[in-house]
Amino acid sequence: MTKAAELAKMGEVLTNSQIGGRRNLIINGNFQNWQRSTSETGLGASAGYFTADRWRISTANSAGRFTMNRTAGDPDGFNYGLVINCTTADTSVAADEILLLQQKIEGQDVQHLKKGTSDAESVTISFYAKIVGSATDFVVTLYDNDNNRFISKLFTFTTSWVRYYFTVPGDTTGTLDQDTSSSLELWFWLHAGSNHTSGTLQTSWGSDTNANRAAGIDSIYSSTSNEFYLAGVQLEVGSQATPFEHRSFGEELALCQRYALVIGNGTSSVPYVGQGWGASSTQVIALIDLPTTMRATPSYSNGGANGVSIIDGLGYGSASSSFSISTSVSTPQSLFVDITRSAGGLTADKNYYLRTNSASDYILIESEL
Amino acid sequence: MVQKAKYIKNIEGLNDSIIATIDNKEWSVPLDSANRHYQEILEWVAKGNTIEEAD
Repeated sequence: MTKAAELAKMGEVLTNSQIGGRRNLIINGNFQNWQRSTSETGLGASAGYFTADRWRISTANSAGRFTMNRTAGDPDGFNYGLVINCTTADTSVAADEILLLQQKIEGQDVQHLKKGTSDAESVTISFYAKIVGSATDFVVTLYDNDNNRFISKLFTFTTSWVRYYFTVPGDTTGTLDQDTSSSLELWFWLHAGSNHTSGTLQTSWGSDTNANRAAGIDSIYSSTSNEFYLAGVQLEVGSQATPFEHRSFGEELALCQRYALVIGNGTSSVPYVGQGWGASSTQVIALIDLPTTMRATPSYSNGGANGVSIIDGLGYGSASSSFSISTSVSTPQSLFVDITRSAGGLTADKNYYLRTNSASDYILIESEL
Repeated sequence: MVQKAKYIKNIEGLNDSIIATIDNKEWSVPLDSANRHYQEILEWVAKGNTIEEAD
């Protein structure tokens, strides 16, 4: 590139991109945080969050199944990526089938895009991807969940890691709500039936027409040889992709914990997670202070084979199979866990601690979108 | 998918949360319309299902 061209390029970047500050609107775009699990098998029957923080699986009506794992070492500069491997093929595709990898973004975090105004900002999506197998063509969609509008682009991936780009022009129609609900969503289409593929791919902003959502894609479920790899996902303001914004593990974890917190799960010792007191001979109430304010009042679940114990100062414990557990007076900052032991044996006004029962047990506290 | 749901009362005797089985996992779900599990339960109720009353 000549010096003049280089200066022109720099000027373009300065004009059209966000310089400095936090650029990447995607949380855990580098797949550093896997609080729930680094490997899950037999996925595809239901939607939800299973492995990498903030990355959601959306699925409907397919017999196809897959594993979702953490990968290491590729591409250069990234600790981890994500891989989806088809384990049960589905070549008899019903019209309403889908499989998507999604990330949903709160409305209050995308107000600076000025969407729905005459000053609407362009954004650029960038990511590293590669495939194994015969399915090479997949669609990436930016979806406006407040106004049911979207724009898509078809990509052809290869067996080598490549960084791909998708610059999305500002949309002057449809403002995004300033709230804690999902407003903007990034979708990776991996499988779809004719309800979503029979039209023409919508490559400019427009209202949601199902048939135009994923026209032209292959299916990851076409063969059990298919694998889809993803790393370094970034969504930023401007018409230029800048280098991936590497945030520290701690920064990224704190961002993830606004949506999900896992205590335990593979730690070498069992963590004490809350301090409580006996309310009666059958009930202990324990307070869990959350490390960051969550998006909404969270749900609570025990995981692992043995759940939690309550411990007094002498080390007495009881297996959670003896308990019923619920939460009350919960807020996005803290929650009370009510532990009821109908067999009795607890002591009112005595101090107790809540902890997981073994190193493989965990508590999941969640307020995902 | 919600499989069953039951209200839990707080110490004042008011419905305060729901114990629900969703996708074969048991959750304690707050009555917060922004919570995705509570949204799922409300959709399940809209399809004709019922949340069991608290004990």
